Amino acid sequence: MSWNDKRIEIWVAIMLRTGVLIAAAMVLIGGVLYVAQSHDRPSDYRQFHGEPAQYSTLRGAATGIRTLEPRSIIMLGLLVLIATPVARVGMCVAGFLLERDRLYVGVSGLVLLILLYSLFWHR
Amino acid sequence: MTELWFCIIIFVSSLGAGLLGALSGLGGGVVIVPLLTIVFHVDIHYAIGASLVSVIATSSGAAAAYVREGFSNIRIGMFLEIATTFGALFGAWLTTKAPTQIIGLIFGIVLLYSAYVSLKVKHEVITQEADALAMKLRLLGSFPTENGEQAYVGQRVPLGFGMMWMAGVLSGLLGIGSGAVKVIAMDQAMRLPFKVSTTTSNFMIGVTAAASAGLYLRSGYLAPGLVMPVMLGVLGGSLIGSRLLVRAPVRTLKVVFSLLIIAMGIEMIINSVRRM
Repeated sequence: MSWNDKRIEIWVAIMLRTGVLIAAAMVLIGGVLYVAQSHDRPSDYRQFHGEPAQYSTLRGAATGIRTLEPRSIIMLGLLVLIATPVARVGMCVAGFLLERDRLYVGVSGLVLLILLYSLFWHR
Repeated sequence: MTELWFCIIIFVSSLGAGLLGALSGLGGGVVIVPLLTIVFHVDIHYAIGASLVSVIATSSGAAAAYVREGFSNIRIGMFLEIATTFGALFGAWLTTKAPTQIIGLIFGIVLLYSAYVSLKVKHEVITQEADALAMKLRLLGSFPTENGEQAYVGQRVPLGFGMMWMAGVLSGLLGIGSGAVKVIAMDQAMRLPFKVSTTTSNFMIGVTAAASAGLYLRSGYLAPGLVMPVMLGVLGGSLIGSRLLVRAPVRTLKVVFSLLIIAMGIEMIINSVRRM
């Protein structure tokens, strides 16, 4: 089978579904632990405070996961989820390279750059 | 309310939203924010964060089913994602600056518009006319029909691109998939077949939303305890919904869901104007 758009798409779709399943499993495990540990503390999302660094930076999530802190497990699942569409665009770049389609290597490369910039750029 | 009950109620509501969203074709994301803010009094920033995450999950989760059908166009999707991701970056930045009343007001208007679009009768215009820019960018393709392959060529590329940028801005600003605007940019502006527009739009939604996710994370919009039940609920609901789709009374569901969206839109507009 030669490289064509349909094959890239099937490849990508399997990867997307796997990514979502892994992310959902992590969020579920973290969620069960979280509810089990804090079941009688009332939750309050009425006022916006902004999440602390532990849940709003990559480094914070990485630190929390070492102690198996439930919300850090959820956070890591969310990071896996956010990474799946980015990986999808990365796979398209690779697929277009194999198809030797220079125009679309450029197009998908640009989209990948925008995504990486949005994830790793800090003010 | 204890954490356990809060999670269960949010999960069940999100499951319902995902189910209705998949059955009506409107997507679950568009009702999550009004549901969380109006019914559960969640701050709109946390609601937008939870919604965006569930949008990424449903878009990626449904991709396999769409690819099998063979309607989505990977080149058209990728080219237009340049516009949506740039738009999303700008929209996500705007949402960290704009007052909550303005965000609520725009959200209400977008809800009313989505309901209007879903109820409107659509006319499909497919053309094979050679558009110079579309030919150069290879924004064309064909899809299987009962009478063999139907070829199409994209038209009015700059208009479609501009509308996609706007769809990206709304996605980043409101934490939604902007599926309605994306489909209009493709089937109305670019004259692409309806099936190609809807499936390609689903493919684009996840990538567009991922462009806002970084800024949302850094701004502290993703509260793990809230995102967890919302994401699992919407994802579960939309997966169940897509299985039931063949047997469901789609037209009736669309009308019911649109009326719900109209009610929520009016509520959000009134609420926002009152607090100005």
